[in-house]
Amino acid sequence: MSGTFVGMPAFPEAARAAVADARLRGNLRHATHTIRAKRARAVAEVSDWAELREAGKRIKDHTLRHLDRYLVQLEEKVTAAGGTVHWAADAEDANRIVVELVRATGESEVVKVKSMATQEIGLNEALEAAGIRAYETDLAELIVQLGDDRPSHILVPAIHRNRGEIRDVFRERMSDWGRPAPEGLTDSPAELAEAARLHLREKFLRAKVGVSGANFMVAETGTLVVVESEGNGRMCLTLPETLISVVGIEKTVPTWRDLEVFLQTLPRSSTAERMNPYTSTWTGTTDGDGPTAFHLVLLDNGRTDTLADEVGRQALRCIRCSACLNVCPVYERAGGHAYGSVYPGPIGAILSPQLRGTASEIDASLPYASSLCGACYEVCPVAIDIPEVLVHLRERVVEGGPMVREGNKVVLKPAKGHAAERAAMRAARWAFSRPGALRTGQRLASRTRRLHPRTLPGPGKAWTATRALPAVPPEPFRDWWRRTGGGKEGGK
Amino acid sequence: MSGRERILGRVRRALADAPDVPAPVERTYLRAHGDLDAEGTVDLLAEHLADYRALVHRCTPDELPSVVGRLLAARSSRSVLVPPGLDPRWLAEADARRVEDLARDTPYELDRVDSVVTACAVAIAETGTIVLDGGPDQGRRRITLVPDHHVCVVRVPGQVVSSVPQALERLDPARPLTWISGPSATSDIELDRVEGVHGPRTLEVILVG
Repeated sequence: MSGTFVGMPAFPEAARAAVADARLRGNLRHATHTIRAKRARAVAEVSDWAELREAGKRIKDHTLRHLDRYLVQLEEKVTAAGGTVHWAADAEDANRIVVELVRATGESEVVKVKSMATQEIGLNEALEAAGIRAYETDLAELIVQLGDDRPSHILVPAIHRNRGEIRDVFRERMSDWGRPAPEGLTDSPAELAEAARLHLREKFLRAKVGVSGANFMVAETGTLVVVESEGNGRMCLTLPETLISVVGIEKTVPTWRDLEVFLQTLPRSSTAERMNPYTSTWTGTTDGDGPTAFHLVLLDNGRTDTLADEVGRQALRCIRCSACLNVCPVYERAGGHAYGSVYPGPIGAILSPQLRGTASEIDASLPYASSLCGACYEVCPVAIDIPEVLVHLRERVVEGGPMVREGNKVVLKPAKGHAAERAAMRAARWAFSRPGALRTGQRLASRTRRLHPRTLPGPGKAWTATRALPAVPPEPFRDWWRRTGGGKEGGK
Repeated sequence: MSGRERILGRVRRALADAPDVPAPVERTYLRAHGDLDAEGTVDLLAEHLADYRALVHRCTPDELPSVVGRLLAARSSRSVLVPPGLDPRWLAEADARRVEDLARDTPYELDRVDSVVTACAVAIAETGTIVLDGGPDQGRRRITLVPDHHVCVVRVPGQVVSSVPQALERLDPARPLTWISGPSATSDIELDRVEGVHGPRTLEVILVG
């Protein structure tokens, strides 16, 4: 499995391969159903969930509306607390900044807290190219890194792997990255976790540079927040001398008090717990406790383009809880890799084509990677109307139109490959506006129904490869209505 | 143009036509769920701590030294990290060697210590969480992270609040905070919960009051 998403096939091809993998489907079904049921119980415990959800939505909308002001305030507070703020317009900027910061320490390795932002920009690959080794320390990320694999879920990146596969990865690959797996390692989760503990501990204790993301940044105080379970986050945030945090600009919240909403909704929505085992907050640097140097890299990388889209900007409310993945019937069958992005599932289907644009085949296909059932909207703790954004992006793919790329207004051409769809819609518009032609066509279709093939020829063939072609009724509805007087005569 | 100017410029252009969003945000959610009295809140804390596999003990202030001594002895702990401002009476009946956390010590030194005993800043009943703010009786963040056994003393009912909103009110964001809900855990392997990955595998909470 390649470690990169470049050159991924479009969603339909990738999904077809994934759906045929019975083991993958079994792993995914087990995982999504387990966490879905647990989440429902955790949410039901809180009687004011609807109010918390509404408050979360409003806080995020308010922040986004005044993002310039809050980013400037955040910078001021972080700087006053002893940190240094860097601004990265795109992935390349961010990677360059981090590489330079690590080089300035004289170190050639870093320990990393699981972070979507650093995956999004391909930081590990950039560090490797600069001769710096990045160690992932979250257990699931470790499994993915050792297996030369890609993450397939926001919260549990190795959700597509079962315990037997994980044992094999540990046995075969741990020695390449440091301490080998213990002799006779079995596939019991406790033993596997212990193997990871031993493997990583030596790295934590010697690490001089830590790299993280953040779940929230508080503008009012300059405080960063990381929620986690294993303690690997605390290790990376507190033991090294230098801490570098790469954070998307949309993670800002205005006030310390705003955390009271998200620290209630995030754990219950993501891991289905009342609270995750560890939450760390820090404000700049603290004398005698933790890193002596703190760098915050504020990342744009398509976020301001997303902000410019009045329908799509709500995707920036996302707090990466992953609840939408676990309820999505499409994700459950296709798995995370089919989305060709670090953000899989329903949120990935709206976030990736906005952050990256819809120029590539995979990004143009993502708004279609949904049945529009709406389950993702129901569970979203910040009420992102994912179906609304999906439909909006489909329109953009098919029709083209104005949008913003890298800060510039551009007019997007209609995507290739949707010519048949547009032709069909034009034909339908023609027929529906001519009742005579429609009637004649429908009667002709009914009379020749015995001759109709089971699959469509030509470009329609792919459509009927996975669907039954609806049967044409013996007579058109309008003829039936006229003959029976609307069914009153009991005609059939 | 610097990255800063570029990004702020993009944000401003993106928002040029955006409708205004009313502020301040309405907070119609609850300050706490349910209305338990002080005793009930402490019971709920104990229940929720235990739910996430913390070991919970209750005692009076007079009994505390013997409880701490017993917990360390039960783990055969020969050394115990002690924050600089911890009440020395708490460890009066402990046999383990006291280890001070000096700023110049490397994490390797901490890795050789068996246990750590700390106080806390506040505890949250609804979520089963204890919060440490690096105060003198809690020490640097690393001391409750590297050793495998953490004993945390919560003074009840004074240090216990019901909810997350009540806890945030009491905390100072300028201090580095660690919120702890049960021992280190992972669910990354087939969503089977396993306690103890990188942080302490055993968390014992003593509710003193």
